[in-house]
Amino acid sequence: MAPPPLLEVKNLRVEFPTRRGTLLALDDISFDIAPGEVLGVVGESGAGKSLTGAAIIGLLDPPGRIASGEIRLAGQRIDNLPYEKMRQLRGRRIGAIFQDPLTSLNPLYTIGRQLVETIQTHLPVDAGEARARAIRLLQETGIPAAEQRIDQYPHQFSGGMRQRVVIALALAAEPQLIVADEPTTALDVSIQAQIIALLKRLCREHGAAIMLVTHDMGVIAETCDRVAVLYAGRVAEIGPVQDVIHRPRHPYTAGLMGSIPAMDEDRERLLQIDGAMPRLNAIPAGCAFNPRCPQVMARCRSERPELVDAGATRAACWLVHEAVSS
Amino acid sequence: MIPAAADMKALVQVEDLAKTFDVSGPWLNRVVERKPRQFVHAVDGVSFSIPKGQTLALVGESGCGKSTVARLLVGLYAPTRGSVHFGGHDTAKLKGAELRSLRRRMQMIFQDPYASLNPRWKVLDIVGEPLREHGLAQGGDALRDQVGELLRSVGLAAADCVKFPHQFSGGQRQRISIARALATEPEFLVCDEPTSALDVSVQAQVLNIMQDLQHRQGLTYLFISHNLAVVRHVADEVGVMYLGRLVEQAPKKSLFSQPRHPYTRMLLDAIPDIHMSGRARTPVQGEVPNPLNPPQGCAFHPRCPHANARCSSERPALRTIAGIRVACHAVEEGRI
Repeated sequence: MAPPPLLEVKNLRVEFPTRRGTLLALDDISFDIAPGEVLGVVGESGAGKSLTGAAIIGLLDPPGRIASGEIRLAGQRIDNLPYEKMRQLRGRRIGAIFQDPLTSLNPLYTIGRQLVETIQTHLPVDAGEARARAIRLLQETGIPAAEQRIDQYPHQFSGGMRQRVVIALALAAEPQLIVADEPTTALDVSIQAQIIALLKRLCREHGAAIMLVTHDMGVIAETCDRVAVLYAGRVAEIGPVQDVIHRPRHPYTAGLMGSIPAMDEDRERLLQIDGAMPRLNAIPAGCAFNPRCPQVMARCRSERPELVDAGATRAACWLVHEAVSS
Repeated sequence: MIPAAADMKALVQVEDLAKTFDVSGPWLNRVVERKPRQFVHAVDGVSFSIPKGQTLALVGESGCGKSTVARLLVGLYAPTRGSVHFGGHDTAKLKGAELRSLRRRMQMIFQDPYASLNPRWKVLDIVGEPLREHGLAQGGDALRDQVGELLRSVGLAAADCVKFPHQFSGGQRQRISIARALATEPEFLVCDEPTSALDVSVQAQVLNIMQDLQHRQGLTYLFISHNLAVVRHVADEVGVMYLGRLVEQAPKKSLFSQPRHPYTRMLLDAIPDIHMSGRARTPVQGEVPNPLNPPQGCAFHPRCPHANARCSSERPALRTIAGIRVACHAVEEGRI
């Protein structure tokens, strides 16, 4: 029997009440992450991937709120925790890494002070031990001369080095889960490879699971065990990374894969998905992808497909439903 | 020696192009703090040529000077040294009406479609501006027709010309930028990261449109990008830049199958690819050095696995070896 999931997200709905009606940003999202697993979450801008991460760490920007559904961490519900409880849990059991390493560090404090503060907030250690721990973390993340650099300010670090500091911060209290929201998007390719390798190694060593939010399929392919493809706030397809990339079942996933220029094959033209992702106030009835889908059927325009098992992956598409039932 | 000099078919020819920015502190600070003037050599001695109807891509990491080259070519910056020849004319020597007519023949597409369109103008005015500016449209009706035609050529509707930029998505805005660039019927388009701000499915739409336009109108592109997979899709010839210098230039096929310069090899190893799952990338050591204080000799030597004493003292020149231009002592000596 499989180990119980570390993180369970069930029928999560996030909505934004506005003057012109309520916008449904996440619509019935369900997935789980096993201990030590790396789950990728991909999708185009506006698909709701960052919002999913924000909902899990309890940092939804108001007026956004969780309308229904539940989030469980190791069996315990965390979506309805009071603010103070959530604050203790955040950092201690769930670490977060954001896209821009400059804005996620306080420019007025040395990185040592920020690390020591994080460590002492969550772990019962004295200042000297916290500092020793901070230096050890910086060394683990590959920052040279950590003993000296710990007393420097964020502006004295380059972008790649800052992201290492942010990773050290996220791992400071030994969390079970890291939510990494586009951790390498702001970095150059040569640095990106270093950071991804580092994140993977450290999480393996510390036994932490990762939810990796990114729009870069290349990063997903080399990092993740499983991947969830989001479209217009819904899960279009979820499954092992190899199956989703090479044998996509949902037409959107297939289009997404075909539109990526590949390094090892020549294509005269890229596959293109016409149109654009619908706005939140104009999500079409039925399957949200139906206006752009090349294989659209009458049923797609009226009825919304549920996720259904399709071989190794699960996809929300009437074509898959029909293939499965026949 | 500039190998491109003899190539008469070249539409664009760049020789020893350099741009230096003065980043010194204010005069008073320099005097009080006894600091010298400081210069960034953003582009330092870059030469290349682009034959008519071809695409040259420039790749490199942030700060390598690729966008500066783009701006130098279209005349948004004046070069500190070197020259740009366009269709046989030295662009620095042209003035007045001649320069205007030259401007008409080259246009630029910028990276950020949210910042490059005036939010207070309607699409008709945005796309029609170059037509008015160059006197290419007689009267309002003709202008409207021409703008409608341009919008249709990039896959938008003629009726879209009464809308404002905020009514369009990122991909549609980038098409408006392309329509605006095409308005003067240019021969040469400088595209500075035209798809970096777009999602992959939209990127595919824009790249396909650019490709169709090239086939239909015989356009010549300078395509700037940091995304090697995109470059591999669009380019005929690829130039790799590092800290303001061209370190390798080769036809696409040989660059991707047989990279010569250690930096090119490193870049190719570093990119993630959806088809290489499981295979670990070779993380590169080190980071791009501070351009204010570039290393002596070959700028890449502190990160290079093949560097020796010569690399840290003597700057390698760009030499043509077996049809590929590469600036590396190790390649030249046959060490790698």
